Amino acid sequence: MRLWRWIVCLMPGLLSAGEWSGYAELQGRYFPQDAAYEKQSDHLISLAFQPEYYQRWDNANQSLLVVPFFRWDSEDEERTHADIRELIWTYAGNRWEAQAGVGKVFWGVTEALHLVDTINQTDLVENPDGEQKLGQPLIKLSLEQDWGILDFYTLIGFRERTFPGEEGRLRSHPPVDQDHAEYESNREERHLDFALRWSHYIGDWDIGLAHFNGTSRDPLLIPRISNRGEISLIPFYEQMRQTSLDLQATKGDWLWKLEAIHRSIDSGSYNAATGGFEYTLVGIADTDMDLGLLGEYLYDDRGDDATTPFQNDIFIGFRLTANDVDGSELLAGVIKDMDEDSWMFNLEASRRIGSDWKTSAQIRLWSDIAEQDPLYSLRRDDYAELTLTRFF
Amino acid sequence: MKLSLILATLLLTPAVTLAMTAEERGLQIAKEVDTRDTGFHDFKASMTMLLKNRHGEESLRDMRNQTLEVENDGDKTLVVFDEPRDVKGTALLSFSHKAGDDDQWLYLPALKRVKRIASRNKSGPFMGSEFAYEDISSQEVEKYTYKFIEESTHEGIASLLLERYPVDPNSGYTRQQMWVDKERYIPIKIDYYDRKNVLLKTLVFRGYQQYLDQYWRADEMYMENHQTGKSTLLTWKQYDFRSGLTDADFNKNSLKRAR
Repeated sequence: MRLWRWIVCLMPGLLSAGEWSGYAELQGRYFPQDAAYEKQSDHLISLAFQPEYYQRWDNANQSLLVVPFFRWDSEDEERTHADIRELIWTYAGNRWEAQAGVGKVFWGVTEALHLVDTINQTDLVENPDGEQKLGQPLIKLSLEQDWGILDFYTLIGFRERTFPGEEGRLRSHPPVDQDHAEYESNREERHLDFALRWSHYIGDWDIGLAHFNGTSRDPLLIPRISNRGEISLIPFYEQMRQTSLDLQATKGDWLWKLEAIHRSIDSGSYNAATGGFEYTLVGIADTDMDLGLLGEYLYDDRGDDATTPFQNDIFIGFRLTANDVDGSELLAGVIKDMDEDSWMFNLEASRRIGSDWKTSAQIRLWSDIAEQDPLYSLRRDDYAELTLTRFF
Repeated sequence: MKLSLILATLLLTPAVTLAMTAEERGLQIAKEVDTRDTGFHDFKASMTMLLKNRHGEESLRDMRNQTLEVENDGDKTLVVFDEPRDVKGTALLSFSHKAGDDDQWLYLPALKRVKRIASRNKSGPFMGSEFAYEDISSQEVEKYTYKFIEESTHEGIASLLLERYPVDPNSGYTRQQMWVDKERYIPIKIDYYDRKNVLLKTLVFRGYQQYLDQYWRADEMYMENHQTGKSTLLTWKQYDFRSGLTDADFNKNSLKRAR
């Protein structure tokens, strides 16, 4: 409440002088296979609403962005949720920038997995791909120098990952008990995290080096028996120090990409990396269409002990960009485990209808998932999703 | 001073012209076009594209443009999209170069992701329009070789017709015929010939206005595709020259802030 009062004092005329935009979407998912667990159903209908308020003042040196998010889900009460995606004040100085509030930050270059991206927590109930993020309270100072951009982050307060509930598909088994998360730090979710990132480009090369010190966004899931004798998984958030590198070389029609991390946690340290290419064939078959071919290798030196399913995997995919009036796009790919038979397939397609509407489709399939694979509980959760979005 | 300059030009021009090859004359004209448009430092403008297909169906693109002149290199440009709504806030940062590929970064606001993109694709449609990226990017003298064809009158305007040939092998064109206003040294029409040397598109510049008593900008650029029957009308509005932009307005942070 105090924050709101402060903002209102800072800029009279709030909510009248700025601009409103945003979207509302209707989503349906269908799961063709019988559910692996009780209470799960074979379909869902969902509504989401994300308005956006933006105002700038002081010769556009200062701005405020407010982005709340709401979702209602017909099946899973955990997926019915709300979040403040952004509520951030920005001051743009001469060759520096300051931000405070709830923000969203993306780091990285690869497509199959985002190893380096650490600031925001994953809003996992949104999509199993983990690309949707929760807003992160932060203070950021950014210096823009000839030798690159240097960002200092102080992350005030921690956001717990969202997990599908018992009725939801695409969940672990047993389900995660989100009400009893545990922390390594006795400051729990009030632990102050810090991050530092330098990014620059030199000719064809874009480089980012970052260091993070604080609560890991990736919880360990620890089985526990409740008083009532039910087994659930308790998220345990460790403290970590992570140093990361992201690198892209843009050489003509080729993009070469690498993300690598070294993470130290209480129980030891490990390295992980994702690297590969994207090659674009321009104007295929005498049309305006571009075809991008993608290949990436996903590695984690913990091997079978890795908490990620991607410890020795290959991603192969393509991206078709129609370059038409409707902005039609198709991205499809397979991630194959090199040690096991398991693989997953992913397709995302979208096109605009008129200037305010958009349709998108997703298909995700999991196959031959080995029992020890973290994805095993999703083995019967193949699904097709259709979304209709109205922008305003 | 001015009079003597005019006299000198009058006296010298025919002689110089005679001594030059068609290629030299073509280059000379291109350089003159460039010279007269040098020194604007920076501008802001809003752009609207009206796309039309052969059935007359229309589609609108709204965007804002910021351009910074860079000495001895191509311009720096930041384009922010307002329409269609699904790409609102998407922004494109380009550092164009006299030779070689431009540097380009695309900002995707939904993911907060800045992507360095392959800029070799010059010939592809810009936002589904009939403009290719190479048609609207910084027009540097070095990007073409030239040949003077003839003096002609185009729609009542005394013009110089020249042909220019893209240096970049990834260009979508074999050649372009460009009519340049003989007095003001500004392009008034361009015919684009595709890789098979067949007439592909025609661009017509309309409603030129002069800014800062020197720099001519067309209010409208109308591009017609002869092979598909599609067209795009690009309208420029709210030009603001020397608006105080600096190098600092063209980096990854300003790209994210742009919206």
